[in-house]
Amino acid sequence: MWNRFLTMSCLGTLCLSPGATLLAADVPHATAVTAPISVAPYQPPADDSMPDDEFGKLVRLGKRIFTDTGKYAGKYVGNDLSCANCHLDAGRLANSAPLWAAWVKYPAWRGKNKMVNTMEQRIQGCFRYSMNGTPPPADSDELKAIMSYSFWLASGAPTNTDLPGRGYPALDKPAEPPDFERGRKVYTRNCALCHGADGQGTKAEGKIVFPPLWGNDSFNWGAGMHRINTAASFIRANMPLGKGGSLSLQDAWDVAYFMNSHERPQDPRFAGDVKATDKAFHQHQCRYGDKVGGKILGMK
Amino acid sequence: MNKNLTRIPLLLLALSASPWLFAASPDGQTIATQGNGKGATACIACHGQQGQGNADAGYPYLAGLSADYLRNQLTAFSSGSRKNAVMQPIAGSLSKQDIAAVAEYFSGLPNDRLKGSAATPSDVSGKGAVLARNGKWAAGVPACFRCHGADGRGVAPHFPPVVGQPEAYIRNQLVAWQTGARSNDPLGLMQSVVKSLSRDEIDAVARYLAAQSEK
Ligand code: HEC
Ligand code: HEC
Ligand code: HEC
Ligand code: HEC
Repeated sequence: MWNRFLTMSCLGTLCLSPGATLLAADVPHATAVTAPISVAPYQPPADDSMPDDEFGKLVRLGKRIFTDTGKYAGKYVGNDLSCANCHLDAGRLANSAPLWAAWVKYPAWRGKNKMVNTMEQRIQGCFRYSMNGTPPPADSDELKAIMSYSFWLASGAPTNTDLPGRGYPALDKPAEPPDFERGRKVYTRNCALCHGADGQGTKAEGKIVFPPLWGNDSFNWGAGMHRINTAASFIRANMPLGKGGSLSLQDAWDVAYFMNSHERPQDPRFAGDVKATDKAFHQHQCRYGDKVGGKILGMK
Repeated sequence: MNKNLTRIPLLLLALSASPWLFAASPDGQTIATQGNGKGATACIACHGQQGQGNADAGYPYLAGLSADYLRNQLTAFSSGSRKNAVMQPIAGSLSKQDIAAVAEYFSGLPNDRLKGSAATPSDVSGKGAVLARNGKWAAGVPACFRCHGADGRGVAPHFPPVVGQPEAYIRNQLVAWQTGARSNDPLGLMQSVVKSLSRDEIDAVARYLAAQSEK
């Protein structure tokens, strides 16, 4: 649900008031960063240094699953996305929720499910919501492979440390509350070229090249990316592809608001009733349960 | 009624469909093979009988590229947002209709380089291969194949194929974006890509891409 008050109360400030735990995303950000993107000091090892043994085999499989999830872990995936669509450069890129920065921070308590999550459970969460699928069991080859790849990427990184570059860099509030029509214009100008006029993505030779942003084949209403603040952060840092940091703060919020004001697969925690689901799980910056163009989002 | 008289209008009708007599609807194939009679010479002299290009001379293939892309490039040559001493006068001699027709024609020609599976890359760990497949993220550059399709064979209509073009042609384009001689790319995407590439990297990736598909 989009709580107008939350936005208004944050205008021009850093949103660190209790009402603004809207950044209750999973990554705590002490300060909001507007200037993109300082280079993280931690460097994951180069691909060609993957070991040549049984463990190395699993690391390689993990990378393949991460970059082409539908092909290598198809039975656990319910949409057209791959992990690396949101965790760029195969999970290596700072400010794009890199795997090495995650590895050293779990187990950790998460507000989302109000318990301590292991790394396995965190990965399973992205399968369930971001990939709109069924989580692979902790002892499956697929999950072991992603664990191995993450562990290897974090070689030498200090444990239980907030490494710079973790998550997506939080954004300051925009001058104006985000707006659908302005967002549509930003979208048409900067995004439709790749993601399609209707957010459906682009395929070549039957394979997804540019992933869908909304609709049946994208992430579902439970995914972190459906939050406007999380999407705005990701977009500002990473989109348009190859031109991260080029959108204004206002444009990033507007286009995130526009993108996430479209229908997408149901929240898997759906309790048979949009209102109840909204109340239980969507008390943050999102459009679930809101009326857009005469239809309530989340009814599908 | 005299049967012979009815034949004449039919004959005229048949003739009027021919571009030879009526310049109103230009024919793409005619322009490609003979020029337009107004200063644009035959395209195939340089771009090959079948639009397959000329690797030795560094002339790009046009066959199978999206008609939108070809139209945009010809328009850019004639407006000067893409500069090239050979193509600017040629494109400048084409009318808007000529451009549309000849773009459509080349777009419809078959191109073996864009079919089947790409040739197996001989060297996947060289600098060029790494740029093409992984990018140079430390400088914010995505993999070439992220935008140009998994095998570099393009994503119609906006992302042209990059494999199998002449090495010199690819190199010239990357340098042209760096110097500003080519500045018509959507969202300035290629201008961003080349910003941080060294001359060495440009050479390496041009060599790699040129070698990625059979003649
Ligand atoms: C639609 C986008 C999307 C896709 C696809 C996606 N994720 Fe995520 N992932 C996110 C978001 C958003 C977060 C939370 C980041 C934040 O809050 O800053 C996240 C967080 C994570 C984290 C924790 C990061 C941290 O630092 O705590 C891990 C691990 C993770 N994802 C793994 C995966 C794996 C494995 C896959 C594929 C099975 C995947 N993700 C697919 C969007 C995505
Ligand atoms: C040049 C093409 C291009 C442009 C332009 C572009 N994107 Fe993307 N976008 C991509 C690619 C490719 C990915 C997947 C990244 C990867 O796998 O490396 C992506 C991923 C995403 C994702 C996460 C995956 C998903 O499907 O949800 C979001 C959200 C997104 N883009 C939003 C935007 C927005 C908003 C804009 C405009 C401001 C934009 N993009 C412009 C190519 C583009
Ligand atoms: C005398 C040789 C010559 C002739 C004749 C010629 N071209 Fe070209 N063409 C070139 C060269 C050289 C380039 C590369 C220009 C550059 O480096 O930017 C080129 C590039 C192009 C491009 C850009 C291709 C791409 O992939 O971006 C198009 C389109 C094109 N020519 C169309 C035509 C058409 C249509 C005709 C006929 C009306 C024609 N050319 C006639 C030499 C020629
Ligand atoms: C963010 C997306 C993106 C990435 C990444 C990208 N390109 Fe491009 N590229 C484009 C677009 C868009 C065009 C078409 C430009 C136009 O329409 O004028 C293009 C055109 C080209 C062309 C011209 C083809 C022709 O027929 O004239 C070459 C060569 C090229 N790219 C090479 C590369 C190389 C090499 C890389 C990697 C180092 C790369 N590109 C990465 C988007 C991209």
